[in-house]
Amino acid sequence: MQRLNIVITGHVDHGKSTLIGRLLADTDSLPQGKLESVKKMCENNARPFEYAFLLDALADEQKQGITIDSARVFFQSKKREYIIIDAPGHIEFLKNMISGASRAEAALLLIDAKEGVAENSKRHGMLLSLLGIKQVAIVVNKMDLVNFSEIAFTKLKVEYSEYLATLGIKSDIFIPISAREGVNLIEHSASTPWYKGPTVLEILDSFKSVEEKENDDFRMPLQDVYKFTRDNDDRRIYAGTVTSGELHVNDEVIFYPSLKRSRVASIESFNTPVKNSVKESEAIGFTLQTQIYVRNGEVVARADQSAPKVSNRFEANLFWLGTKPLELDKPYKIKIGSAQSTIYLEEIKRVIDGDTLDRANEPSVGRHEAACVIFRVHDLLAMELFAENQKLGRFVIVDEYDIAGGGIITEVLEQYTTRRTKALHVSDLLVDKASTNADFEEELFALLRKHFPHQFPTDNIG
Amino acid sequence: MDHLDRLEAQSIYILREAYRSFPNLAMLWSIGKDSTVLLWLTRKAFFGHVPYPLVHIDTAFKIPEMIKYRDEIAIQWDLNLVVGQNKEALAKGETFVNGLDRLSCCKKLKSDALKYTLDGTWARRKWNPYKKVWEDELNGAPYTGVIVGVRADEEGSRSKERVFSARDEKSEWDASTQPPELWNQYKTDFAPGTHVRIHPLLEWTELNIWEYIERENIPIISLYFDQGNGKRYRSLGCFPCTAPVDSVASNPKEIIEELTSGKFKDIAERSGRAQDKDGGGTLEALRKEGYM
Repeated sequence: MQRLNIVITGHVDHGKSTLIGRLLADTDSLPQGKLESVKKMCENNARPFEYAFLLDALADEQKQGITIDSARVFFQSKKREYIIIDAPGHIEFLKNMISGASRAEAALLLIDAKEGVAENSKRHGMLLSLLGIKQVAIVVNKMDLVNFSEIAFTKLKVEYSEYLATLGIKSDIFIPISAREGVNLIEHSASTPWYKGPTVLEILDSFKSVEEKENDDFRMPLQDVYKFTRDNDDRRIYAGTVTSGELHVNDEVIFYPSLKRSRVASIESFNTPVKNSVKESEAIGFTLQTQIYVRNGEVVARADQSAPKVSNRFEANLFWLGTKPLELDKPYKIKIGSAQSTIYLEEIKRVIDGDTLDRANEPSVGRHEAACVIFRVHDLLAMELFAENQKLGRFVIVDEYDIAGGGIITEVLEQYTTRRTKALHVSDLLVDKASTNADFEEELFALLRKHFPHQFPTDNIG
Repeated sequence: MDHLDRLEAQSIYILREAYRSFPNLAMLWSIGKDSTVLLWLTRKAFFGHVPYPLVHIDTAFKIPEMIKYRDEIAIQWDLNLVVGQNKEALAKGETFVNGLDRLSCCKKLKSDALKYTLDGTWARRKWNPYKKVWEDELNGAPYTGVIVGVRADEEGSRSKERVFSARDEKSEWDASTQPPELWNQYKTDFAPGTHVRIHPLLEWTELNIWEYIERENIPIISLYFDQGNGKRYRSLGCFPCTAPVDSVASNPKEIIEELTSGKFKDIAERSGRAQDKDGGGTLEALRKEGYM
């Protein structure tokens, strides 16, 4: 059965956990006795039963009636299996909401009919667009609190559509519901005779799974190179996950940015028939006809196809979750594909505010803010525009030990070449040392092969 | 790609990220179906090799077949097997069968044994696949990264886990302060002294596990199948606290039928585990202190 990852976002108390709890209950997706045991727990603690208690599993969550971390909830419709990600709406837990949402292929965004569009409703809309989630339905909850009024619903729909349009998101799917009363979740309700659109379950089933596209050019970020010598294994295996396209035995491959090239000798796997080709999303490994030294993080492409872009400067849309603001000229770490490097914020073009959308000339990007910025990387990196290749066009920024921000590349800029004019940072030196060692190792092996060929009968350099 | 191919590829990616990020990496192997699938995925990720040690916590109350199966597979697959145990508690008889309550017993024989085996405080018993002998390792280096086979569908607090999940020096877990994890970029930078759990199976369900065991023909311990008396184990643990279920399923295919349309369709997997039932939120409490 196919599976789809869905995230449910929205402001705190707009009813996300209630919606999921009710969906689980109404589709018989709960384990036997779960509903009864939660109802009994409520009775024992003299509190009214809420469907959200089915979801909020942590003791603190139940005590405070708030979702703290996103949960993965498994659920099945007649059509397929879902992982529903219940993302917390409280601003304090925005990082947890984003962690959950980044795994999703589609989203439901909840808005409280009575309270209306909250700042977080806007922020969540913006973050979904930055995360690249294109399938979004807006669920207007708590319609029972506005007497199922069509006018209230339409007013909210117009207001939020206008906001989404400013983000470049087009969503014309708005569903009026009451999660607590089960209105328009599985079946159309007599409470909203004026609503002719799909129910929540119908909209879930209508979302498309993000299909692999087989005609894209081949890309594989090199995750690692393995040489396990145990049991006389002499394979030198280049391993990674294919982000797009197809690769076959005997294809000529080029590694970017080093530009080293060779041909695929074999595709390696365990407990499968011999493979002659691999395609998008597979975690693979291959050997090469000649032995070359390449480093983790390079991007492998086919010589007969387009090349990824290579640069050390790019423009990006970014959101920041760090406890400390993102500052100009401070060294951070970037992780993109399987590459890691030191990165500097060169320019803040504008800070995108959830409400007013644009603020120019800011000195830094604060926690929970989004911005359009220019980054400068210490090393040359292979990258893509997000619009052309989602997986190689997105990156995260690490501050000290934590992922503190994420972003998508909107433009690859001309290389920055006079980097030595800046004072060196310790992290620069570390990166330099690694690359010097790599070059040295390669030269050393070349010399050894030349002068001691008998030591390299199969020309394996490991 | 079908859904099992996707789950497999995602888990392999995570295992490879763990392997390149942690110099002192180990994997917990409970002998159960999930961690045995994880072991199989490891051989897939590393092309037949298992490049890190497997740690088993032997409470001395495991069902005897489990130990036999463990040692057989270790020899067959050339595994670097490390066994840890709370010898002191066992010697003093501080166990459930001697009157201790279940949760305290779990804490001593599982959580404490795990903690002090991982950090190298207690001696580790290691199978040497080259010499084919057991050796004691004293003052071993701490394992800073530990791969664990927990699944999000097992229980509420597990549904909130990160793939790369940091524990502080006391192995404690605080669900409200977990760092962000974006797309397939996981947290792989840690302050010295941090202990990290890596969870490659979070998005697998019990059903997915059995579908995969069947598809790959993974040699799983026979306790999961009808023992000839119309009973089998659905979840394995210590024998005083784990009960078999009534079932005549004798192979993965029949178990899949039970889970999809048969008698276990709506029954939670750990319903045979007594320690989950001692009051509300107890597994969360155990997990905060380092329980898996």
